Amino acid sequence: MELVFEGIGQAFWLLVSGDTAAWRVILLSLMVSGSATLISLCIGVPAGTWLALSRFRGRQVLVSLVNTGMGSPPVVVGLIVTILLWRSGPLGILGLLYTPYAMVIAQFIIALPLVTGFTMASIQQLDPSLRLQIMALGASRWQMVWLLLRETRLPLLAAVMAGFGAVISEVGASMMVGGNILNQTRVLTTATVMEVGKGNFPLAIAFGFILMVLVYLVNSLLTHVQQRSRTR
Amino acid sequence: MSKQILSYRQAGGNTPKLHRHFPPHIWGIAATVLVLALAIAGCSSPAASPTTTSSTTTIAVATTTPPKPANPDIILASTTSTGDSGLMDVLLPIFQQKTGYNVKPIYVGSGQAMTMGEKGEADVLLVHAPDSEVKFMEASHGVSRKLVMHNDFVIVGPASDPARIKDVKSALDAMKKIAAASVLFLSRSDNSGTNQLELKVWKAVGIDPKGKSWYQETGQGMGATLNVASEKGAYTITDRATYLATKKNLSLDILGQGDPILLNIYHVIEVNSNKSTKINAAGARAFADFMVSAETQQTIGKYGVDKYGQALFFPDAGKTEAELGSK
Repeated sequence: MELVFEGIGQAFWLLVSGDTAAWRVILLSLMVSGSATLISLCIGVPAGTWLALSRFRGRQVLVSLVNTGMGSPPVVVGLIVTILLWRSGPLGILGLLYTPYAMVIAQFIIALPLVTGFTMASIQQLDPSLRLQIMALGASRWQMVWLLLRETRLPLLAAVMAGFGAVISEVGASMMVGGNILNQTRVLTTATVMEVGKGNFPLAIAFGFILMVLVYLVNSLLTHVQQRSRTR
Repeated sequence: MSKQILSYRQAGGNTPKLHRHFPPHIWGIAATVLVLALAIAGCSSPAASPTTTSSTTTIAVATTTPPKPANPDIILASTTSTGDSGLMDVLLPIFQQKTGYNVKPIYVGSGQAMTMGEKGEADVLLVHAPDSEVKFMEASHGVSRKLVMHNDFVIVGPASDPARIKDVKSALDAMKKIAAASVLFLSRSDNSGTNQLELKVWKAVGIDPKGKSWYQETGQGMGATLNVASEKGAYTITDRATYLATKKNLSLDILGQGDPILLNIYHVIEVNSNKSTKINAAGARAFADFMVSAETQQTIGKYGVDKYGQALFFPDAGKTEAELGSK
């Protein structure tokens, strides 16, 4: 148990002493997972909205695929992205393996179904008569979509939290496509795994603690936005 | 009803209220795109920054700035023991400062490292699985193979030593006793150099441990496997460097050592550039030369002495494997 306290103490020391390697690990975690979440929002929200509002053949199949994707194992995503990005792979020409970009790609693939699924579910749970009403008021199709998204902003923020939470705490894919290279692709989760392997448990706990605080801070910020807009 | 809507829209009616929602919508998209662009731009800086920071920090020490090679990125597939023991954390910054190459070390088992070499996914390998290495070279997957250093494998287990192997001289006899006593033994079973050595020893004593109740496979790296062995009070074979570097958290003692079969030899291999057009042959050559250079060899020999009271690796550049074996 004293290991845990030693670890938390070490976490504070890393943060206060301005350990550049540790800060770089923290910033990279935020940037990689933040970018992956943002890109998945840009694509997942329109895709989810479209899936929720349109009726076409094969929609059921697509929805099932999205729902399956919401539980896709990160390590499998990592493996597939690795194979694609290998020098001998189809995207090898880009030379992206073992770079932060590869990690963004893998995390984007993990977050996209989550964001799409949450968006789809939140629009579908709206009262269908609301759609009719908006149309009846003479709104164009785009105006209607915008109003529906406004109505669902609370569950949409939950989508952001779910997507971000999933990717920042993910380790299998980041390890595989990033390689856990110091100052380049080492993020909080891969650093934790590495320190456990080295038997540096206090440092592993320190990284784990920082990760949890980080996730808490981001989520409390989003929750603040969410709850404020609820009372408005 | 549809007619009504049509006329309502044509009349203008209440639509301005809807339009009011539009500007923030557009601003929202613009803001998102901006943040996204910044985030992606920011993403590239950590990849680019190490060279700048490493040069600024070392400028105080050596007033030379590193040269700029045409193709600066090298992928090094290296055995986990060189990473877990911390040796590479010392050597790589020196190499990067001297040559300007940016090494991406990927720590995997020696088996996987050689597979990466075979596929052309790595430029240079640092491995310790001599039998597989010879096959690798025979298949001309590599262009040069140089002896770098050695240490030894040791058999570790709980201090209580339930299989009574402590006073047994030969590693083969020790393994026989572990099997006879059916005491828990952990295998890495990840085709790493250590795993290959362990299987070689089992073969030498004529025991097939696979599937036995006392034989468990972790499938993990050396550090992680030592943790499991410590928790379960099991025996395992480890390289001395990883054991010494992680010893403080383990309740494991060295119970078997000194047998010539336990010699652990590390080679650096330059991957054949015909494997892929992307192979950085010049970088691989520079790294291999660096590993066997006099200065590096001295650093290797000194590594760990201050921290663990003994060297973790013994430099061997220029020697032959036969010379080591006869020691």
